[in-house]
Amino acid sequence: MASTPTVADIGSDYNRRYGFHDPEEYFMRTPKGLSHEVVEAISLLKKEPEWMRVFRHKALDIFLAKPMPTWGDTARLATIDFDDITYYVRATEKQEKSWDDVPENVKRTFDRLGIPEAERKFLAGVSAQYESEVVYHSVKEELTKQGVIFLDMDSGLREHEEIVRRYFGTVIPSADNKFAALNSAVWSGGSFIYVPKNTEVAIPLQAYFRINAERMGQFERTLIIADEGAKVHYIEGCTAPVYSSSSLHSAVVELIAMKGARIRYTTIQNWSNNIYNLVTKRAVADEDAVVEWVDGNIGSGLTMKYPAVILKGERAHGEVLSIAFAGPGQHQDAGAKMIHLAPHTTSKITSKSISKGTGRSSYRGLVKIRNGAHGCKTSVQCDALLIGDAARTDTYPTMEIDEDQVSVEHEARVSKIGDEQLFYLRSRGLKDDQARLMIVNGFIEPFVKELPMEYAVELNRLIELEMEGSVG
Amino acid sequence: MNENARPVFSCHGVHVRIGEKEVVKGVDLAVLPGEVHAIMGPNGSGKSTLANSLMGHPAYALTGTVELAGEDVTALAPDEKARRGMFLAFQYPVAVPGVTVASFLRAAVSAVRGADVPVREFRKEMLARMEDLEMDPAFAGRYLNDGFSGGEKKRVEILQLLMLKPKFALLDETDSGLDIDALKVVAKGINAAASNDTGMVLVTHYQRLLNYVRPHVVHVFMDGRIVRSGGPELALELEERGYDWLEPAAVGGV
Repeated sequence: MASTPTVADIGSDYNRRYGFHDPEEYFMRTPKGLSHEVVEAISLLKKEPEWMRVFRHKALDIFLAKPMPTWGDTARLATIDFDDITYYVRATEKQEKSWDDVPENVKRTFDRLGIPEAERKFLAGVSAQYESEVVYHSVKEELTKQGVIFLDMDSGLREHEEIVRRYFGTVIPSADNKFAALNSAVWSGGSFIYVPKNTEVAIPLQAYFRINAERMGQFERTLIIADEGAKVHYIEGCTAPVYSSSSLHSAVVELIAMKGARIRYTTIQNWSNNIYNLVTKRAVADEDAVVEWVDGNIGSGLTMKYPAVILKGERAHGEVLSIAFAGPGQHQDAGAKMIHLAPHTTSKITSKSISKGTGRSSYRGLVKIRNGAHGCKTSVQCDALLIGDAARTDTYPTMEIDEDQVSVEHEARVSKIGDEQLFYLRSRGLKDDQARLMIVNGFIEPFVKELPMEYAVELNRLIELEMEGSVG
Repeated sequence: MNENARPVFSCHGVHVRIGEKEVVKGVDLAVLPGEVHAIMGPNGSGKSTLANSLMGHPAYALTGTVELAGEDVTALAPDEKARRGMFLAFQYPVAVPGVTVASFLRAAVSAVRGADVPVREFRKEMLARMEDLEMDPAFAGRYLNDGFSGGEKKRVEILQLLMLKPKFALLDETDSGLDIDALKVVAKGINAAASNDTGMVLVTHYQRLLNYVRPHVVHVFMDGRIVRSGGPELALELEERGYDWLEPAAVGGV
């Protein structure tokens, strides 16, 4: 070749180089590993428009070119074997797994949480979906009346290509980080939501309401657009443990809150401990818009997740409220980013973590205030609770403040369940484990009270299970 | 108070060590139901250590015997003592952020009574006791001792005393840091507990609480020991003369 191809050139000849006509057969032959052939096959199977196919191929090149992150839990990241991962699973294969393959400890937890039989199979990945048609239909009707679009991402691309094309990848470009690039190359499933101007969605939307939901996809891609003055609350995941035999979960979630819009995005993540949960979540908030991330991480072996809000319009407000529970062997590396680009924007980060046994939790955060963004306010509060002598917590707060006329607060606290607290509660008749649980529940209360009631109840029960055997 | 009653609480030959240091050097007490004892002594004499160790604080090594309603409870954990009817009002109650006064109190009442108390019934009882103590009902929803003033903390201790209805209660410096109005309210609570037959030991540095709560017995506590016991008049004498005349040497101690 005479010259090095520019990024714009990449993808122009993907069709010639990788094109083939029987993707089904391809996946039969090569179920694992990542290559342009895999990306091509995924796009072809989904019958995607040309621009998306090119988008995927470009993203793969970026993924291959980008080094692994040099920060975070690099030792654990180095153990990811990209060749041993299945990047696309056809719907027909999803039900082939047997209930017998589900690990005993996961089944036991289902038992103790009292999860209904049908839902257990879904959560364990044994059945492809948990149907709730009645709920689905009434919700669907209401949304249609309001003009709200709520689809899985694949259907969104098919049915509303022009909106998707306009916003997809604009908040989180493929080149943002290695795992965003990976998701951009092989994404499947996730939610697509558009809420029209001045429309308020009354109930929190959940993937649960979508029919044929690929709710637990490995490479989910979610795009939520709240038009001017619109309001929406989206809930992802659930408190019940989600078992997946595939080891990498790498989602991308993009939120766009236009002038005066309000988006709340609630996540409760309880993946089984064999999962690497490497997720990129980011929102753009226009003038007077409000974006809130409520983010709970209970499961996975390693989580790296830093929900972000770019405060682009004046008086926009961003908030991250997160809780992480790192049990033995787990590392929850979570945090938040707030980028203040416009004057009088405000942000608040509240991060709470519990580390138990050999569990490790890290707060990693960035607050950036651009020169000229005067009158901004930000506050960051990190609280870590350690249970046992081997538990570990770290904070990595970064503040880049290029403007003088701002108010910045930062507070970090590390605590243990104190002997004096325990003695106090026990002197009131509470047994040792009851007293510990009360202290932990109190610690996460600011998070729990932001959850819808049924989630709050489930989360408290889950923490109760996690806390068992932690005495001494 | 029944003169023929058996002690609801007694301890014999109690010594307490913190590490290598002996802080309590042989204490005997016997408290009848509804009886109020005051233990008075200068700062640093070991009064608080005695109160905390009797309740079973894990940092203190106690030897001797402790009996509650005729049963030996010396070796029991604090929560077991509590469930059998023993109570300690703390000098410095700790905060438990995120746990409301109401939910904590309901858990404690359920643990001590051995059965869940229905929410409605519980609330009614709690609000009535709060009114007795001139507390704003909004207190029920505040996080336990979190950001409370000294006086608020002490009221919440007394609220617990009235809700848990123990057989025997130790009150550690419950009068310290209170203004006169708060002191009267706290005294009212203590008197109400006494009329419920709760035997009590008030550990205090000052005489002023005893203007509102009349003790049956006053003990003077110095250097880890009770150096003198007497009636309420002993408290007045201490108020006038201080503690110096009672130095262990002055009363013939070692």
